[in-house]
Amino acid sequence: MFENLSQRLGDTFDRLKKRGALSEEDVVAALREIRIALLEADVALPVVKQFIDGVRPKAVGQDVLRSITPAQMVVKIVHDHLVETLGAGEPLNLNAVPPVPILMLGLQGSGKTTTAAKLARLLKERERKKVLLASLDVHRPAAQEQLAVLAQQINVPALPVVAGEQPVAIAKRAVDVARREAYDAVILDTAGRLHIDDALMFEVAAVSQEVKPAESLLVSDAMTGQDAVNLAKSFSERVGITGIVLTRVDGDARGGAALSMRSVTGRPIKYLGTGEKLDALEAFRPERIANRILDMGDVVSLVEKAAETIEQEDAEKLAKKLAKGQFDLDDLAAQLRQLRKMGGMGGVIGMLPGVQKIKRQINDANLDEGLIKRQEAIIGSMTRKERRDPRLLNASRRRRIAAGSGTTVPEINRLLKQYQDMATMMKKMNKLGQKGLMRHGLGALLPGGGFGR
Amino acid sequence: MTDTAEKQRSWFGRLKAGLARSSAKLGDGIAGILTKRRLDDEALDQLEEVLIAADLGWGLAKEATQRLRHAKFNQEVSPEEVRRTLAQIIEPFLEPVERPLVLDPLRKPNVVLVVGANGSGKTTTIGKLAKLFREQGKSVVLVAGDTFRAAAVEQLKVWGERAGAPVITGPSGSDPAGLAFTALEQAQREGSDILLIDTAGRLHNKADLMAELQKIQRVLKKLDPTAPHAVLLVLDATIGQTALQQIQTFRDLIGITGIIMTKLDGSARGGVMVALAELYTIPVPYIGIGERVDDLRPFEAAAFARGLTGIDS
Repeated sequence: MFENLSQRLGDTFDRLKKRGALSEEDVVAALREIRIALLEADVALPVVKQFIDGVRPKAVGQDVLRSITPAQMVVKIVHDHLVETLGAGEPLNLNAVPPVPILMLGLQGSGKTTTAAKLARLLKERERKKVLLASLDVHRPAAQEQLAVLAQQINVPALPVVAGEQPVAIAKRAVDVARREAYDAVILDTAGRLHIDDALMFEVAAVSQEVKPAESLLVSDAMTGQDAVNLAKSFSERVGITGIVLTRVDGDARGGAALSMRSVTGRPIKYLGTGEKLDALEAFRPERIANRILDMGDVVSLVEKAAETIEQEDAEKLAKKLAKGQFDLDDLAAQLRQLRKMGGMGGVIGMLPGVQKIKRQINDANLDEGLIKRQEAIIGSMTRKERRDPRLLNASRRRRIAAGSGTTVPEINRLLKQYQDMATMMKKMNKLGQKGLMRHGLGALLPGGGFGR
Repeated sequence: MTDTAEKQRSWFGRLKAGLARSSAKLGDGIAGILTKRRLDDEALDQLEEVLIAADLGWGLAKEATQRLRHAKFNQEVSPEEVRRTLAQIIEPFLEPVERPLVLDPLRKPNVVLVVGANGSGKTTTIGKLAKLFREQGKSVVLVAGDTFRAAAVEQLKVWGERAGAPVITGPSGSDPAGLAFTALEQAQREGSDILLIDTAGRLHNKADLMAELQKIQRVLKKLDPTAPHAVLLVLDATIGQTALQQIQTFRDLIGITGIIMTKLDGSARGGVMVALAELYTIPVPYIGIGERVDDLRPFEAAAFARGLTGIDS
């Protein structure tokens, strides 16, 4: 659905002549594409503008490294600026007189209750803290029960519910109990509220006044669209926040909301919610979100790594063969070797841009890294003649190869099937031209190749 | 929220209040750009940005402003006029999806499966739907198919009580497909009109969870080959462009017969609905504009388009 940024920029730059340094007009053209890419990733418009203004002076006049294209250079500059803007993750601030109050804030359905429990678990397991959970959500049916059930699952006490008690009173009681019983921290889960709902915003501001939390965490869905700026601004101004937790990062949303909220509030993103299980809470790493927003994987490291490992001569030889429509098992073996050198499938796939879907398929297929080695063994057990012309491989030859390589005939059949698919792909690839192939190398071959099974 | 004055206002007033809040920003934006001035390139660029900020998506925002340019370029226009023209441009996108939920009164029961991402508002929406159907004199049975999330069953039970509909539950962590099967059996035996099945929230990129939904459908078909008769996807209005991917995946894997957009009482304007309507033309029978049991309203393309552009009446 979304074109990825480097592809897009590639198109833009193809229209321009290659030059030593990025000119003003190159950068303007590139920034137009970046604007669209960021908007498609749900970064809020005012933040996009601000971001672009920040990138421009960094990009103009920048030398383009010989080994990469201008498009990749711009992507790298954008990426680095994005990482810088997103800021480093910060740990929870627990430097306060215990019990340290932690307030969870957010819209309905953003994942506050689950995050509260995850955080409690983290503090308990990693920091060895004694934590009390308390639900101030008197609005949504069964919200208090939900927190109680989660608390039980992680073996953390939850404040007993008193029917009819109002949020400020609950908060006060929670802190009192925590103080009396020598808790290290008390996590207060609030009801989901719209940031434009005056009554409820007033209510949560009153809670905040009462307990003076050391941390007020805004919990927000990674899927959030343009509204992220409005909600972050409201919560920040009316209640005050100290940090952001981005949830549902395990989905495939591009997560532009992270940049929006970080920019508007100036508060760090502290954690990422990465699953439904209660241990799925990770420290924030800006690179990870930056890569998602740009849907680029780690293009730059891929380029650097590829330059190191793929020998130019090999690549040229391969390109020549391909141009003639020849691609034999020797070439496949060479590709497999390179693949292994680059850190295996997992490593390469992780670096490729725009491959969310493939990544998923590969995860589903339970990719076995040993597979590459076995496939190399299979090809190694063939005669030179067989490698040049796989059509020779009849049943008895396949049995011999299986015995020789310590594999099975079905595995050999699978490999040959892949080879066939790749050979077909190669023919299509020729249309892309040799330059395209050499630039994209393995990456371009992988999707249809299907090493998985 | 529990404001009694608001409660007494007419339905259109309420719908408007909900949508007006969501459109206030957009309306203000337009007024800020144009106080009766010439519609030039700069004004159009700014209008495009206003539409983007409404989650309309970059492509559609561009298209809408192109058409506006076509209609009004270089003319002296008032903000009111611009809004009306924009609404007229947006409305035809939405019109094809303004279609009600059609259930067969003779079929007992109509099976309605409700799906969506975590936190989109499925359970709340089911509560509201149950109330609506009950008011139409239908017998409704609810199925607490979210056996995963803590206290989801309890939450649905509260809604069941409010609506006057029995809730069929299973133990926590049990197989939702098995529960759906038992519930359908029971509803068939008792001759209920509507069986509303709640499901656990799921992200569309989780293959195993999507397979679980497929299983629920397969199992239902064993008792009634035509079931489910409606599959409603609940979509949070605050969600951005990811909604497109989400709807596509759900549609491809389990088939969706309707979308209900929730949380339109916030400041998110749900502009992604326009793109959804254009791409997938899946009917939108209802929208959610508040937390109260009667805050579920039929979707109206004209009202939604007007609301998006900030027109008052």
